[in-house]
Amino acid sequence: MSPPAADLADSALIPAVVPPGHWLSGYRPPAGCWDEVLDDGGTVRPEWRALADATSGWSAVDWGRRREEMARLLRDHGATYNVYSDARGVARPWQLDALPLLVGHGEFEEVAAGLGQRLRLLNAILDDWYGPQRLLRDGWVPPSIVLGNPGYLREAWGSDGRAPRLMMLGCDLARGPDGRWTVLADRAQAPSGKGYALENRTVLARVWPGIFRDCGVRPLADFFETQREALRSWAPSMRGEPMVVLLSPGPFNETYFEHAFKARYLGFPLVEGADLTVRDRRVYLKTLEGLRRVDVIIRRVDDVCCDPLELRADAWLGVAGLAEACRAGHVTVANALGTGVVETAALFPFLPGLCRHLLGEELRLPQATTWWLGQRAERQAVLAERDRWVIKNAFVGQPFDPVFLAQADEPTKRAVLERVAADPDSFVAQEPLRLSTMPTWHEGRLEPRRLVWRAFVLAGPEGPQVMPGGLTRVSRDAAGSVVTMQYGGLSKDTWVLGHEPDCGPSAPAPPVVIRPARPAAGVPSRQADHLFWMGRHAERLEHVVRLVRSALRRHAGEKTGQQATELEVVLHLLERTRELPRPGREEAGRPALDRLRPLLADPGAPDAVPALARRLRFNASAARDRLSDDMWRLVNRLDTLAVPVDPGLATPAALLDQLDSLILGLAALAGMEAENMTRGHGWRFLQLGRRVERALNGLELCGETARAGERPSAFLPPLLELCDSVMTYRRLYVAAPQFLPVMDLLIADESNPRSTAFQLHWLARQTAQLPRDTGPAGSLREKEAADQLLSALSSFSLQSLAAMDPAAAAQRVAAVCQSLGHGLESFSELLTAHYFNHALPKVR
Amino acid sequence: MRYHIVHRTLYTYERPVTVSHHRARLGPRALPHQSCPWHEIDIQPEPVVRVPRVDAYGNQSVYFEQAAPHTQLEVVARSYVEVEAPPAPDPASAPRWEDLVEATRGDGAAGAVMATEFRFASPLVGPDERLAAYARKSFEPGRPALEAAADLNRRIFTDFTFDPVATDVATPVLTAFDQRRGVCQDFAHVMIGCLRSLGLPARYVSGYLETEPPPGQEKLVGADASHAWVSLFCGEELGWIDLDPTNNLLPGDRHITVAWGRDFLDVSPLRGVTWAAGEPWLLVGVDVRRTG
Repeated sequence: MSPPAADLADSALIPAVVPPGHWLSGYRPPAGCWDEVLDDGGTVRPEWRALADATSGWSAVDWGRRREEMARLLRDHGATYNVYSDARGVARPWQLDALPLLVGHGEFEEVAAGLGQRLRLLNAILDDWYGPQRLLRDGWVPPSIVLGNPGYLREAWGSDGRAPRLMMLGCDLARGPDGRWTVLADRAQAPSGKGYALENRTVLARVWPGIFRDCGVRPLADFFETQREALRSWAPSMRGEPMVVLLSPGPFNETYFEHAFKARYLGFPLVEGADLTVRDRRVYLKTLEGLRRVDVIIRRVDDVCCDPLELRADAWLGVAGLAEACRAGHVTVANALGTGVVETAALFPFLPGLCRHLLGEELRLPQATTWWLGQRAERQAVLAERDRWVIKNAFVGQPFDPVFLAQADEPTKRAVLERVAADPDSFVAQEPLRLSTMPTWHEGRLEPRRLVWRAFVLAGPEGPQVMPGGLTRVSRDAAGSVVTMQYGGLSKDTWVLGHEPDCGPSAPAPPVVIRPARPAAGVPSRQADHLFWMGRHAERLEHVVRLVRSALRRHAGEKTGQQATELEVVLHLLERTRELPRPGREEAGRPALDRLRPLLADPGAPDAVPALARRLRFNASAARDRLSDDMWRLVNRLDTLAVPVDPGLATPAALLDQLDSLILGLAALAGMEAENMTRGHGWRFLQLGRRVERALNGLELCGETARAGERPSAFLPPLLELCDSVMTYRRLYVAAPQFLPVMDLLIADESNPRSTAFQLHWLARQTAQLPRDTGPAGSLREKEAADQLLSALSSFSLQSLAAMDPAAAAQRVAAVCQSLGHGLESFSELLTAHYFNHALPKVR
Repeated sequence: MRYHIVHRTLYTYERPVTVSHHRARLGPRALPHQSCPWHEIDIQPEPVVRVPRVDAYGNQSVYFEQAAPHTQLEVVARSYVEVEAPPAPDPASAPRWEDLVEATRGDGAAGAVMATEFRFASPLVGPDERLAAYARKSFEPGRPALEAAADLNRRIFTDFTFDPVATDVATPVLTAFDQRRGVCQDFAHVMIGCLRSLGLPARYVSGYLETEPPPGQEKLVGADASHAWVSLFCGEELGWIDLDPTNNLLPGDRHITVAWGRDFLDVSPLRGVTWAAGEPWLLVGVDVRRTG
């Protein structure tokens, strides 16, 4: 959040001094504030010359092409903000503008030195506040901004680890009219944005290769390498290769994409609170193979939610006993619990004095002029000149939107001043800064937008390290002044110039992975759960898509009598297997297409295509760090493909096209699982899910067919099609489908990869490989259950069935299907109880 | 006065619990007028780890973990405590309450810096205009703080009904205030809320109460469980003065102090996180015996 700036409409506009036809020629920044590209005379600034020259031949259309390419890449990468923020699961795509923010070499060095100092200073302050509190007793800081700050955690008092409390600091910087970078806010808990910054660079490097070298842009890879090293060096003790995990609130969190992306890039497991447990004041990761000791936790969970035993009892994002494990010095949390207290803007006016007192240095980075209203004299001074100020809340976590007094209407102003009078401690006044502007593409035109640069500094083993880049966000409209992602802003890549071109490519290099000395981290149980359901949802989706496709093909076909009957059959199957609501009296005459449409278009229907694709993506996102980039891209494409076609354009042919693409996408996903995944427990659980679901779906269809009574023959062609076994049957029997041979092929034929027998044999083989050290009985129970299913299947014999009266044989088949179905459901429950048990604990 | 105190807590779980984490705050504090020559906590089953800690308020606590299946958890704290009645303060000698508000503003001006902490909203008790209005009837302008607080103490005692079923540990202070009912925790929270609403620093004190009256003395209210009352900062000279709104008195030698904090959450005697199905059955018993 930045202070409002004066309306641009009042300002004169500066025309750009560029050759005619240059894409910048239409750009008109307002006078009176700093523009990143043009100086006061409209001349391109020196930092921008290389870029402006390199792109001098580009038209708006060229830029548009790049934008489209960028949007496609971001979609493929599943880059979102606010994933699954509502029940409908609408994820907002991440937005990136093609034009970056450029930061010159000299000014970056200055900012970096300032950020390094700020990190040292805030750490010194935290050490005092959570220790001797001399700064409060001796009057360096008003006690109220610490003791009255909801971010001050008494539970963190007195703990003193080896690592600094604040290991990663994010600073929101803005450039004032004088061109100097100024601090607007500190992010000291779990600063977000580094992962998005990396994603922005990755995407831009793809669509704009070469430009980084031409402009001498500093790469980001080194910084992340330093971070990886720093995280390992913060491990409390050297026990060989330390285990570092990234603790995320989970896929419902607004920045989950970044958590998964970062964990994957740094090569650390992505975990949630339920994956961790504290035993003997040490933190362990619960994996399928047993408990694995954790040394360092990168925390993306707010500190008050980190330990239900000592902090908020109603929050389940953390792990009971974590605060005590920190005190014992057995684990390092980055950032430490309680660091959020220094995010308060009320601290700003005291920092220059504290910097002299604690570090013996002058504060290097300018800050937005700020006063804490808990001080009487300052409050009176602010109220005497009230139109100069923006009133903001002093402490995080208080719901209050900043109010610019000069622009607020009378009732708002009165309400704010009343609140300030009643509780002055909770507010600060900040002088609005005229944020700098930057050209930004909007609907094919360049517009000036306000910007804020979030820079990052890290406490490295050899002193502070500043990321040569960061996350730049721009205001939503030209006059807009509120810059935050919560308001649907747009982001930009941030280029720090001055890179020696010989130092290699500027795109981030993939991390060098050295196989650790210790065994791999293991699969967290919760992730195994998600992989299992990813498998089930993938199969379920394919099943529904095949059913709808069969129906549509017959609907769109030649409308022969046979096709009409088969259409009835497929609709009946859809009804029986619960995907399609049974028709009421009024629906009996409705065209099949109208009845099928909700299965493709209703985002709320639980068993319809859009919802299944979304669940598949949800499970995949929770196991994101186990999937290859290609698999993840495919999952995102499937999710996009499942988005309903515009009803006006949804002809049967268009819908069939969509369904065919989905089938192909699902086949590609299954192929990647088969060809690209390591045969570990992650893969095993994914396949367990697939096999269980596929067997269940097949049995359900066969059971329905067997119960069809008089007319099983009409069921058989669609059934073979649904089970993808048409060719196999033709090759084996060279005849029109008959009931018992079809059942034999789909249920008992071990060589048919679509048959029940095939799935059950697979289960029997793979359950023998399940991890065992979770209990004395281990995975034997799953193996026994799978073997029992196989022996139940052996009662299905073509010979004996053929000898029976047809009605009795059908009855027998239906019974076998039903009992195997029940058995599989119990098998799934057994797995769940054994491996995925994460019931919520209770606090008392 | 000397006391032998036994505080027993028993959890019975529906199904065996394997892993659980707990923090107990059961050890009486050492104070100018109180000493605790002997104290022990017996935990069954024997925990895999137990670690003492002195928290940010100076309270003693014990962290412990269970790691083997059990269906019952029993925590028994036994303490010998010697209490002298603190000298009865002269309420009229306390500073005017407005001066105390000024001295504990915590805005950087000189004053009683560290008492400031207890003037802010805490998770369970924050300032509120209704509480302030109720409190102002006692806090007339210029009145000595302790005199006004003793009057508030008396009014809460009179206006509120002690009712063990009206509230539970999670009842918000305003609910208790509106229904004018509750137990000692609610009485204390209401009074703290009143004092903080005026800008005065007030803290929550947990401890025990001798409920069996010595001959010739009145029986005090507080049942056989932990007790709670309030402490008000009355300036550097008088320091913190305790008030018990449940009994309308200033604690003497029949109150045993265990811990203090901003509200109940800072001092809850036994808190735990268990991975268990169903609600456990909880039994708490406190026995405070005079030994001489």
